[in-house]
Amino acid sequence: MINRFDIQGLLDQLEQALKKTIVDRNIADPVMIGIHTGGVWVAKKIHQRLNINEPLGLLDISFYRDDFSQIGVNPKVKPSQLPIDIEGRDIILIDDVFYTGRTIRAALNEIFDYGRPRQVILGVLIERDGRQIPVKPDCVGETITLPPGQRIKLTGPENLAIHIETIEKAA
Amino acid sequence: MTNDQGIQFTSEGKLKHFLTIEGLSKSLLTEILDVAESFASVSEQQVKKFPLLRGKTIINLFFENSTRTRTTFDLAATRLSADVLNMDISTSATSKGETLLDTIHNLEAMHIDMFVVRHSVSGAAHFIARHVAPNVSVINAGDGQHAHPTQAMLDMFTIRRFKQDFSPLKVAIIGDILHSRVARSQIQALNILGVAAVHVIAPKTLLPAQAESLGIKVFYDVKQGLEDVDVVIMLRLQKERMTGALLPTESEYYKCYGLTEEKLKFAKQDAIVMHPGPINRGVEIASEVADGMRSVILKQVSYGIAVRMAIMSMTMQAAGSRE
Repeated sequence: MINRFDIQGLLDQLEQALKKTIVDRNIADPVMIGIHTGGVWVAKKIHQRLNINEPLGLLDISFYRDDFSQIGVNPKVKPSQLPIDIEGRDIILIDDVFYTGRTIRAALNEIFDYGRPRQVILGVLIERDGRQIPVKPDCVGETITLPPGQRIKLTGPENLAIHIETIEKAA
Repeated sequence: MTNDQGIQFTSEGKLKHFLTIEGLSKSLLTEILDVAESFASVSEQQVKKFPLLRGKTIINLFFENSTRTRTTFDLAATRLSADVLNMDISTSATSKGETLLDTIHNLEAMHIDMFVVRHSVSGAAHFIARHVAPNVSVINAGDGQHAHPTQAMLDMFTIRRFKQDFSPLKVAIIGDILHSRVARSQIQALNILGVAAVHVIAPKTLLPAQAESLGIKVFYDVKQGLEDVDVVIMLRLQKERMTGALLPTESEYYKCYGLTEEKLKFAKQDAIVMHPGPINRGVEIASEVADGMRSVILKQVSYGIAVRMAIMSMTMQAAGSRE
């Protein structure tokens, strides 16, 4: 399938939306956390663009997933790295694609195991339809609708590209 | 594959009980080590607890004393968010005459999801696995002189952490092989993972009959057996299991088979020294070796938690997926 997504445009859009939210909510010194793996790639770019002081945090939510009994244990889980105390901080959580919302649910659970942030803002490169729980991103690069059986895949980490894949059976 | 090994798997071929290393494939052992690697890497995080087994109940059923094994099983289960019950059998119904099977069925009636079993009789964990409900997992935490598969896996994990590739390795196991379920499981795991050689060093009285059929090279002399080895595994002299006069005296044993710095010189310079614990200082190992630069004995204890987390989460996942 032809790659119809303009990554730079999406990153610009997400950056602008986040900047606006940061101003609107009077945030002085945010902490950015990317969700392994695609979310970290996107977060690295946005972290740089927004000139955030605190080092980028990394979350691997594999051990927090709710479909563990269906998919089994992922043998290559990376340790999460939350470099600073998140208690009372303003957190910008970044993922590549927002779909069902379950990944974000798992990420929030993990973050709250480390402390109680003042607020969490969710930014994603692409939001697609198919939400299954009441969680929604605050800032998006683009919102799209896809037929069931198709999914979005980000490849990286250096030259980010987005592909639409057809999967055999719906997740 | 015999029936006893087949019992470890679901009809889809997933590992449901972990009773013995015998009959497991290299790829499965490697998968366990890989999953354990994930748990080991997160064990240094500030938050070490994950909701993978939330809502599950695990019973540590220890008919035989153990501090290290039970504690690490307990910690592993707790870090996976399972509820853990430690049954002290000496104060339990078994001592009032209840049969093992009745004990198990009573506990099952309380909706237990996993039994971690240690028993002085070989085959006890298999026996329980054959009789539990289909959604219940059983892990063998040591049965008689038969097997101690989680100990063997944590030893393999330790070896891989320090030596990476199994294929060129020469591994020596020194001590009481005859009474050692640990040694039996280690030898099976090392052969499945494909090490270059397993040297077993022991007096004749502490070797099983037809030892060579286990896929090992037998040595009676420590210096010969240690030559050029990469890993030295010491075994505890199991005084409580000794019947009859298998050894002259402890000091005689130490002189011939106790691991000292002097004997260790025959192994490779970067050889690591392991011991499943508890160690008898001055009986099978000198303090200077146990506490020395090449000793990884305390690492084995740390890794034991990650390896048991891996085995518990994998077996529980398989048992749960079988409707």
